[in-house]
Amino acid sequence: MDPARKRKIRLVVALSAAVLLAAGLVYTSFSASADDLQPSQVLSQRPSGSFQLTGVVVPGSIRHRGSELDFRLADRDDASRSVPVRYTGEVPDPFRAGREVIVRGTLDGGTVVGERDSLITKCPSKYTDQAPQPAAAGGQARGKATAY
Amino acid sequence: MEVALAVLLLLAVAAFIAAPLLRPRSAPGRDAAAAEARIADLEARKEAKYREIRDAQLDHAQGKLSDADFERVDAELRAEAVALLRELDAARGEAAR
Amino acid sequence: MVGLGAAALWFALFVSVAGAALALAGALGGDGRYVTAARRSVWALCALLTLCVVIIEAAFLRTDLSLAVVADHSSTTTPTGYKLTAMWSSQEGSLLLWAWVLSIASSVVLAATRNKHREIVPWATAVLSGLAAFFCGLMLFAADPFARLSPAPLEGVGLEPLLRHPAMAVHPPMLYSGYVMFSIPFAFAIGALITRRLDASWIRSTRRFALVAWICLSVGILLGARWSYSELGWGGYWGWDPVENASLMPWLTGTAFLHSIMVQEKRGMLRAWNVALICATFALALLGTFLVRSGILQSIHAFGASTVGTPLLALIAVIVIGSAALIAWRLDDLRSERRLESLASREAVFLVNNLLLCGLAAVIFWGTFFPITSELFTGTKHSLAAPWYDRYTAPLAILLVLFTGIGPLLAWRRVSAGAAARLLARPALAAAVAAAALALLTDAASHPLALAMFAFAAFTLAAVAQEVIRGAAAQRALSGASPPRALATVVTRNRRRYGGYLVHAGLAVLMIAVAASSSFQSSQDVRLRPGQSTTVDGYRVTYVRPTKRIDPAEGRISFGAVLRVTKDGQPPLVLRPSRNYYAGPAAPGTGPVRSFFEGEATSEVGRQTTATRDIWTAMQPDLSSLDRYIAGADRRLQRIGRGIPAGDAAAQRQFGYLQGLAIRAIAARYMSHTPPAEFRVNVNPLVIWIWIGGAIAVLGALFAVWPAPPARQRRVADVYAARLARELGRA
Repeated sequence: MDPARKRKIRLVVALSAAVLLAAGLVYTSFSASADDLQPSQVLSQRPSGSFQLTGVVVPGSIRHRGSELDFRLADRDDASRSVPVRYTGEVPDPFRAGREVIVRGTLDGGTVVGERDSLITKCPSKYTDQAPQPAAAGGQARGKATAY
Repeated sequence: MEVALAVLLLLAVAAFIAAPLLRPRSAPGRDAAAAEARIADLEARKEAKYREIRDAQLDHAQGKLSDADFERVDAELRAEAVALLRELDAARGEAAR
Repeated sequence: MVGLGAAALWFALFVSVAGAALALAGALGGDGRYVTAARRSVWALCALLTLCVVIIEAAFLRTDLSLAVVADHSSTTTPTGYKLTAMWSSQEGSLLLWAWVLSIASSVVLAATRNKHREIVPWATAVLSGLAAFFCGLMLFAADPFARLSPAPLEGVGLEPLLRHPAMAVHPPMLYSGYVMFSIPFAFAIGALITRRLDASWIRSTRRFALVAWICLSVGILLGARWSYSELGWGGYWGWDPVENASLMPWLTGTAFLHSIMVQEKRGMLRAWNVALICATFALALLGTFLVRSGILQSIHAFGASTVGTPLLALIAVIVIGSAALIAWRLDDLRSERRLESLASREAVFLVNNLLLCGLAAVIFWGTFFPITSELFTGTKHSLAAPWYDRYTAPLAILLVLFTGIGPLLAWRRVSAGAAARLLARPALAAAVAAAALALLTDAASHPLALAMFAFAAFTLAAVAQEVIRGAAAQRALSGASPPRALATVVTRNRRRYGGYLVHAGLAVLMIAVAASSSFQSSQDVRLRPGQSTTVDGYRVTYVRPTKRIDPAEGRISFGAVLRVTKDGQPPLVLRPSRNYYAGPAAPGTGPVRSFFEGEATSEVGRQTTATRDIWTAMQPDLSSLDRYIAGADRRLQRIGRGIPAGDAAAQRQFGYLQGLAIRAIAARYMSHTPPAEFRVNVNPLVIWIWIGGAIAVLGALFAVWPAPPARQRRVADVYAARLARELGRA
């Protein structure tokens, strides 16, 4: 077989392998993925199966009950739409009221049951869009910059 | 005070950048610089070629290259190096002129 | 001084725009004076940005709260070291850092190529100046580090507690330096494409920058992993978080680039690969910079959308489309005349290497952006979690480790089949022996992928050892020196080669540790009262007694535990995990004592590291049994508090004292009637070798990039010149 033909065959084999792998990748990613939702979407869509929920912890809603952590998550932009969450597992240090968190879970009745260890708390805001606000008259100390 | 410093800074920077533009555009100067650049480029290629020859020798000493393969590769590399040296001599000769 | 800094930043914008214009004029008109002026403007830019950085850091050091960036990220009580690092914890400061490092790197490369590459340098200067102009403009119009506050507040916000970590000092600058320095070979590649000077000259001048960029990026990623590992709830040392992925992708393509350019230097092949790889690497580096501040992906790092996101995305689009167009335009010039002579050659291995690394980058890219692509196609956002990434990256990583062993064993051009078999035999044997030993003596066979990784990593380590031994032997045969001297000579004369081998060895060690700690981790969650114990992976963990600590100065209560860990044949170990509760702003309706326990809390992890494993434990006391007492104390305090006249300072002080008493009483109750606590105990094998392997790899790269002393270079060159002269005489 002359070298040019050998090269063409190598190229075809490599490309086919790449296409097959890519197709496999794409197919499995759709089946392995979970919906990415906000609390208002959970309320309106009532998803079945596992999903990823992102929201802000509603102040005053945190309760530690034994090994369980209960809290409510609200939309980032609309604090009135919130869902209750029941979670067991590792609680990240930054977790507190007012912080944005991500948790994977399923819907059980009206409560989101969080998968074990799936709770992630976002780092407190580093790069926000805030325009610097002038302090109140009298030069009081600036309050802690809130996330959103 | 700060305004004066800022103005001074701006003037210094502008002068620094514009200075070369005020020199006359000299054709022979350009050629000399171009020749110098060519020599530097050839030198770099020569160094790289020497490194390749050394690498091949090391590979051969370690037994990665068979004797036949090494002789072929070594001869090829040396021929390329010789060609580079010739080009380098020619370029140096031209630059001297 | 701040006003001078603001002016300097404006001047920096003008200078960088002027520099780009001058460089373009020089490139198109061929007048060297414009090119010289452009180079000077880059140097001036460097000086101006240095001035900006100095002024900002000085403002941080003296806590000049009239500057918004200082007021938002520092305070009078912030420790001095963190005052300095606070600059790059801000959006504005990190952009300034980016631009500053860009100006320094550009200045260095332009100084070094003053008299070289006359066609390429003007275009490269234009690209680098243009990038600098973009970042200066971004700062001035979207995130001004010199923005002022009027009137200035009395106290700053201070640095977020989580960021008060030594890693914060080094991790961001290292990552940014890595990203930025890839712009140098990128700019030269663009210049090469435009001027059709597509031989190895653009690579030769920028190779060191690419290698230093790789080193910085590697250090940045390793530090990030280590920091993440030591913080609870950050997903261990790697969680496939979008921002982690964003730093790994340019690292992967950058590694491919570093290897692939060797093929172009030696054989003139893979030229199209190289320009494509560097353009991809730089685009991915910008993407990494963009992802942290865009809010388009849910991540532990990323936050709400900022004004900086859209322009960065536009820049990335311009670079991707522009580079692709340039490469397509010059495709004919990029084709090399030489062909792959044999599959048993280093060139072939490097090609496979390129494919594996790009494949890994592609998988990670697909997974990271899946929420966006899935939304485009299905209307809802879907996201992929760690198991998906693990499933697809593990096989590719395993193959990669195998090839990092094969590559060093082969030679350029062609190795005959017999020679190849001889070269691969011993390392292959080592791999087989390792695999068999592990399968028979441990339960490694229960995780076949991990076993494969161990075997291939053993292969690579044996291959590197074989190379070093044989190289020393060859040198000995050539010069007759003693073995140690021969080893030293061959290694220092071939820094790039042996430095590279050390990097491969470090990587093999790192991957062994990653495979072991992810496949063979033991973890247990258990609820213990004092006196009770549990067993994890052969370790008996006993909750001996509770601990408490009250820190009025820090506003912190710590409830902790003393754990004793024993295992047959090992000395007993004491771990002291605890949970810290901080006084927080009271949510409406929450009493002062309860606000402690529902505010900010951090965990102190009890950890012990040895060469074979890390034992790690965190605790969460169950305070529900103390609820009654907390509620009671709050009720009483609130009753008393209502009776205090406002403005009565002495009474307020007494009230504060009473609150302290209440808290002490709760803590005493915790000690005397200790509630059970949830403990998580992890045994992670071989974790310390991740950091050691990484350090070895970085050292190897440093060794490879270190220039040989000039005297030796000349001597070696002269020797060869003499020999070649003899050839010439004969020819």
